[in-house]
Amino acid sequence: MTLYDVAIVGAGPAGMAAAIEAAKVGLATTVLDEAAQPGGQIYRGIETACEARLAVLGKAYRDGATLVRAFRGSGVDYRPGTTVWHIEDADPGFVLYASTSGGSVALGARFLVVASGALERPTPMPGWTLPGVMTAGAIQILIKASGALPRDLVLVGSGPLLYLLGAQMVAAGRPPRALVTTVPPSRYLTAARYYTPLSRAAHAYLIKGIGLLSRLALARVPIHSNARGIRILGNDSVTGLRFFSGGRDREIDTNMVALHQGVVPNQQIGRLLRCDYLWHAGQHAFAPEVDRFGETSRVGVFIAGDGAGISGAVSAKLSGRLAAWRIAQHLGRTAPDPGPALAALRRDRAVRPLLETLYAPSPEVLDPSDETIVCRCEEVTAGAVRKTVHDGAVGPNQVKSFLRTGMGPCQGRMCGLAVSRIITVAAGGDPGEIGYFRIRPPLKPLSLNELAELELTDAVE
Amino acid sequence: MTANRLGRRRYRREADLIVIGGGLQGCATALFAVRRGLSVIVLEKDSVGRHASGVNAGGVRRLGRDPAEIGLSDRAMALWRIIAEIVDDDCGFKTLPHVKVAETDAELETLVERAATLRGMGYEHEQVVGRSALRRLLPAVADHCVGGLTSLDGYAIPWTTTAAFRRKAEAEGVLFREGTAVSSVASDGAAWCVTAGGAIFRAARILNCAGAWGGQIAAMVGDHIPIKAIAPMMIVTQRLPPFCDAVVGTVGQPLSFKQMPNGTVLIGGARLGHADAEAGSADLRFDELRRSAKTAIAVFPIMRGATIQRCWSGIEGRTPDRLPVIGRSPRSEGVFHAFGFSAHGFQLGPAVGEIMTELIANGSTQTSIHAFEPARFECVANGPGDH
Repeated sequence: MTLYDVAIVGAGPAGMAAAIEAAKVGLATTVLDEAAQPGGQIYRGIETACEARLAVLGKAYRDGATLVRAFRGSGVDYRPGTTVWHIEDADPGFVLYASTSGGSVALGARFLVVASGALERPTPMPGWTLPGVMTAGAIQILIKASGALPRDLVLVGSGPLLYLLGAQMVAAGRPPRALVTTVPPSRYLTAARYYTPLSRAAHAYLIKGIGLLSRLALARVPIHSNARGIRILGNDSVTGLRFFSGGRDREIDTNMVALHQGVVPNQQIGRLLRCDYLWHAGQHAFAPEVDRFGETSRVGVFIAGDGAGISGAVSAKLSGRLAAWRIAQHLGRTAPDPGPALAALRRDRAVRPLLETLYAPSPEVLDPSDETIVCRCEEVTAGAVRKTVHDGAVGPNQVKSFLRTGMGPCQGRMCGLAVSRIITVAAGGDPGEIGYFRIRPPLKPLSLNELAELELTDAVE
Repeated sequence: MTANRLGRRRYRREADLIVIGGGLQGCATALFAVRRGLSVIVLEKDSVGRHASGVNAGGVRRLGRDPAEIGLSDRAMALWRIIAEIVDDDCGFKTLPHVKVAETDAELETLVERAATLRGMGYEHEQVVGRSALRRLLPAVADHCVGGLTSLDGYAIPWTTTAAFRRKAEAEGVLFREGTAVSSVASDGAAWCVTAGGAIFRAARILNCAGAWGGQIAAMVGDHIPIKAIAPMMIVTQRLPPFCDAVVGTVGQPLSFKQMPNGTVLIGGARLGHADAEAGSADLRFDELRRSAKTAIAVFPIMRGATIQRCWSGIEGRTPDRLPVIGRSPRSEGVFHAFGFSAHGFQLGPAVGEIMTELIANGSTQTSIHAFEPARFECVANGPGDH
């Protein structure tokens, strides 16, 4: 089995930056990524985007091309189309099991950089399982991968991505039918408190945000704010949206809705490796306990980018570099002084408390009504989870045993946060103590035949 | 949630019987004991059904048992058939055939001999089936399989079963203390004092149902019972069209195979991962698990197209002779043991509950448990003992 100095999971900004730096200091580096091209979610499809698509997607997207070129030129062992489905301890380091074009391989690595990014926060609400309901992230994937864009889309929720998508749709000539936000106007005042001298360095983010909103306003996209009691209507598929906003009940006819309530760290690999996680109250999500360089409670395991807490692409690049340099140090190589990168990271992250306050997820999504399905795989409602807590389940893993939530094909990616949150509210206590599902391999569905034919050598060389 | 479980109210610390370990054996004994009029406290270091009782394959199996276990297993089977009357929950129990598949004539020969031996002992439940009868039982079985041994046994849902016994026992007055690990057991002359979770619990009788941790509890009362923590592994696939209505094993390879009512297929067997009893964790070993995948595909070619949804492992305690430890402590009056089921205790659970209750309340039981004598390891206390 090949033994690398470092294996990087994910080729988004964090993974690419880590790989580039690792290669510079001479570490034997491999990068495993599910996508066919580098870029991660944010720069998805950037190598093949035509000029028109680049214009729609904007400057931040276009900027990714430089990083992708540097990554391509770094000479690391890059494995696109590769899904890591298990990582286990070995001596030294770790063994990664990954599936690529129908076969699985096992690779050894002394250090791990988990750069598997963020997931869109699942948004359980009445009607969210109907055909015709998508997520804002999925619509962006459509644009980036094929330039396709649905008509008459209603955007619902909260978070910068929702405005960005709206502005991109305007630029593409297919403005959304309406923007329905769950953000109450009072939030702007609360959030303003986080506008500190340090966060002024992040001015650019705010100017960008204002720019996005004004483009939506100029295109005369109806904007409904502080929406409450949102229900997606329809029997077999979406026919409309009902909500309360601006002092009255409203209904919009549409057959396509895109939901978004921000993004949260992807925990699957960190949890599988039993890294310690803490509850991040500002982000309403779990984030791993990491040091300044991204090293987790598990020696040799680093988490870089949004997987360590949502901070965006600029921070992701910086954290990827820092992780690579730290690993170089551990391996006795000379690495650049991390001081400037650490300072830049602090500056870039300073805007987060403001954004987190402003775009905090809707309470209706965090603690859904009883009849709302939270586990889509096993069709379990929020009410069923509450009843199980009442009957004595003390944590997510007991709820899982009772109701099979988290046992379906998505392995809890869709219901995990909602289940933890519902238990926290129903039983009282701290979400950090209530915890999360134990994550079991394979991280992604794997063919039985592929496991049967898994080639292994006995030991790491 | 009861106030008791949250510890907000004062709770009982004295009882007639303290059960250490909230697995199926402990919960079943607690239920039968409280019905016999004993007051019972169950101390569980994690949560009820957290380990082997909650994560096993769920086979309610008599087929292929060690002859010493058949009497106990028969008694358990009678209880499984009325499980809904006992705990007010069907526990997902279904009667269905278990089949041990022979892939060669030589393997079939061993099954024929086995059936003959059992008949000689007066047991008729295991029947040899030939090539065509095997295909009536298992239409999807691979062409090379020549026959098998079958018994009409069953299947139940492990976690649901353990939870049902617990719920019933609690409703009838048993106190469960979860997150309460026992740190010492000592006699004060009149009763046993069990220190657990910062409190002292007292009872004249204690029952050790601590599974893989049973050896540690036994050592607290001076008994030497070697037990090794093992980590049997399981695979569950995504749904397939119905093709198998039996629980299937093989003669030559460790395998336990079952298609669930929802179409998913459960593949287990004796392949072991890494068990860490101290940390309470069990890790998978894919180098071993791939052999289970191979075996499953070899016996059921339809499985080639299956997709793995999830794999897991749990901690179980195994004795050197792979028979459970059931009976009185060899040296401590009032102490009883029921653990070390060596990865085949799920089916036995309800009978163990009745038997331990009889032993504790009456001093004897009519089911033979001689082979499970806790004292049997005393003479080899210093032996090396592959477990």
